[in-house]
Amino acid sequence: MLWNALAIAIREIRRNITRAFLTVLGVIIGVAAVVTMVTLGHATTNAVKNQISGLGSNLLALRPGAGFGPRMPSAGVPDFSEQDAVLILEQIAGVAAVAPIRNASFSTVYLNNARSTNVTGSTVSYFGIHNWKIADGRVFTDAEYRSGAAVCVIGNTVKKELFASENPIGAKIRIGTAACEVIGVLSAKGQAGMGDQDDTIVVPLTTIQRRLLGKTSNHDIGQIAISAQDGADTTAVIADITALLRQRRNLQPNQDNNFNIFDTRQIADTLSSSTKMMTSLLGAVAGISLLVGGIGIMNIMLVSVTERTREIGIRLALGATAGEVLLQFLVEAITLSSVGGIAGILIALALCGGLSLLIQLPFVFDAQINVTAFFFSAAVGILFGFAPARRAARLDPIDALRHE
Amino acid sequence: MNAIPPRPLISLERLTKTYGQGDAAFQALRGVDLTVRAGEFVAIMGPSGSGKSTLMNILGCLDTPTTGSYRYDGIAVQELDVNQRALLRRHALGFIFQGFNLLARTSALENVELPLLYRRLPRKVRHEKAREALAAVGLADKHRNTPSELSGGQQQRVAIARALVTEPRTLFADEPTGNLDSTTTGEIMELLSKLNAQRGITLLMVTHEDDVAAYAQRTVHVKDGLIASDRAHAA
Ligand SMILES: Nc1ncnc2c1ncn2[C@@H]1O[C@H](COP(=O)(O)OP(=O)(O)OP(=O)(O)O)[C@@H](O)[C@H]1O
Ligand SMILES: [Mg+2]
Repeated sequence: MLWNALAIAIREIRRNITRAFLTVLGVIIGVAAVVTMVTLGHATTNAVKNQISGLGSNLLALRPGAGFGPRMPSAGVPDFSEQDAVLILEQIAGVAAVAPIRNASFSTVYLNNARSTNVTGSTVSYFGIHNWKIADGRVFTDAEYRSGAAVCVIGNTVKKELFASENPIGAKIRIGTAACEVIGVLSAKGQAGMGDQDDTIVVPLTTIQRRLLGKTSNHDIGQIAISAQDGADTTAVIADITALLRQRRNLQPNQDNNFNIFDTRQIADTLSSSTKMMTSLLGAVAGISLLVGGIGIMNIMLVSVTERTREIGIRLALGATAGEVLLQFLVEAITLSSVGGIAGILIALALCGGLSLLIQLPFVFDAQINVTAFFFSAAVGILFGFAPARRAARLDPIDALRHE
Repeated sequence: MNAIPPRPLISLERLTKTYGQGDAAFQALRGVDLTVRAGEFVAIMGPSGSGKSTLMNILGCLDTPTTGSYRYDGIAVQELDVNQRALLRRHALGFIFQGFNLLARTSALENVELPLLYRRLPRKVRHEKAREALAAVGLADKHRNTPSELSGGQQQRVAIARALVTEPRTLFADEPTGNLDSTTTGEIMELLSKLNAQRGITLLMVTHEDDVAAYAQRTVHVKDGLIASDRAHAA
């Protein structure tokens, strides 16, 4: 009986293919919109997550000043000392690695190419904590660190800008007033929310202290990067570091912290939950358009029941039961909307593929949303096909035949 | 002639049909008694508006009487529900309409196949039977044509093929030659007579023309919703 209804339905759809297309246009657009929105939303969430975890694994960033922000007033607030970093690693449980960081911007020159770049002075731990991989060459040795050797590891952007296609390893670039040998190139990380991460040069902390800036005071560490051990309770680690630093900075119980700890995992969670919310919101808006598409199906099916009253009368007169007529129209609606759903999904996949190339977002195929969209469109067929089908089935054969 | 079968195939008793309600009510049939035996070929005649089509629709189980009883092959039809009547139409009755009532934009073959679809016959059998039926009405070469590509007489023959393809016990034809010329009318009447004579199909046919009615074995005259006369033709 179902096969029969399907055969009749397909025959009727094929008989008027233009009408069928117009009927499902709404569903095609609705499904395409939903799938595109949700797929792109997921891709964005993923990209944000990847980039943030690319900042560092279990990274805690310790900075002077009351809160996190590019220009929080930190005037009069002392920076950290190298000893602070040593004590954090030695005394706080759950800390895997610590890197004291001193940053400054310098003009960098190689032959005729010049640009202004942020230079980071730190220890070798810095690379591991920030998930930097070495694409070429090596990082600095302990001996180079101890002696404050004139060596540097450059980011991918610096390499491209200063060297183009030339091999930078072994070349000497001028950073500020000092000439430094390039010993390594970092793998590219790409754009993060905070700008181009690859526009960077890393030198030993001792080098920036002795050759580039000069040792100004014992409290010259602008940031301490801390990597928590896997599975460590970062809340406890943060509390312990806070207690240690309050003591080292002689803060009285009534004084606020004059430093802050930035937990990347927490930020990642916040960011990805907000992109997820965006995704649901866009998905919901697109879902409404799918609903409108369903109403379109109902509208045209109702019109076609009126249009096809004679056909229904003929079928009834030839011995079709009301149930068979109902099934025929229902199957017709479901077939139409399912085919529309498949078309919509294909369009969405093509669209997502194109868009992700265009905005350089890695394309994430999400089977769940595609399957959901398909079943949803079939459900739209049942939901909005039922009323017209029932109207058709309730026709009286004589009245239907007499219909002009 | 065959021996007369023992019991009537169709029997109507004091059958009435009222259209509308209250002031607008109109009694199209006012108490019809009629008996038809299996294998008979009956012509129904009468002035326009006398209730012939109303009667045919009730006989063909497309419509229900207001009062009275209708027995088809011993079954009390007025007690059947909508579905049972649909199944009776599907399995025992064939209908040829005055206005052809073919599906538009649908080939002759598919039109003829339609009742077989509801009998759930396999595709191959459907095609075979539909082609046979089309051949029987002389349209073997027109099976691909849609109704708009056929002449009036050809369309009527497709409609006849569609009614025949299920090999119904009883065939109801409401003015089957109403809008055909006399040559085509002759062909169609020969065809119907042959069906009646060779396959033993019981035939009830409405017509306005005496020479069409002459093909039948019996003529029933309807007037103002009542049977005015009922006589067998001289053999
Ligand atoms: N659905 C209806 N509602 C109201 N009155 C109807 C309806 N159908 C038929 N009638 C009336 O019933 C009467 C009989 O109609 P019917 O169609 O049976 O006539 P007929 O004998 O077939 O006429 P014709 O030879 O013109 O086809 C007519 O007066 C008609 O107006
Ligand atoms: Mg009539």
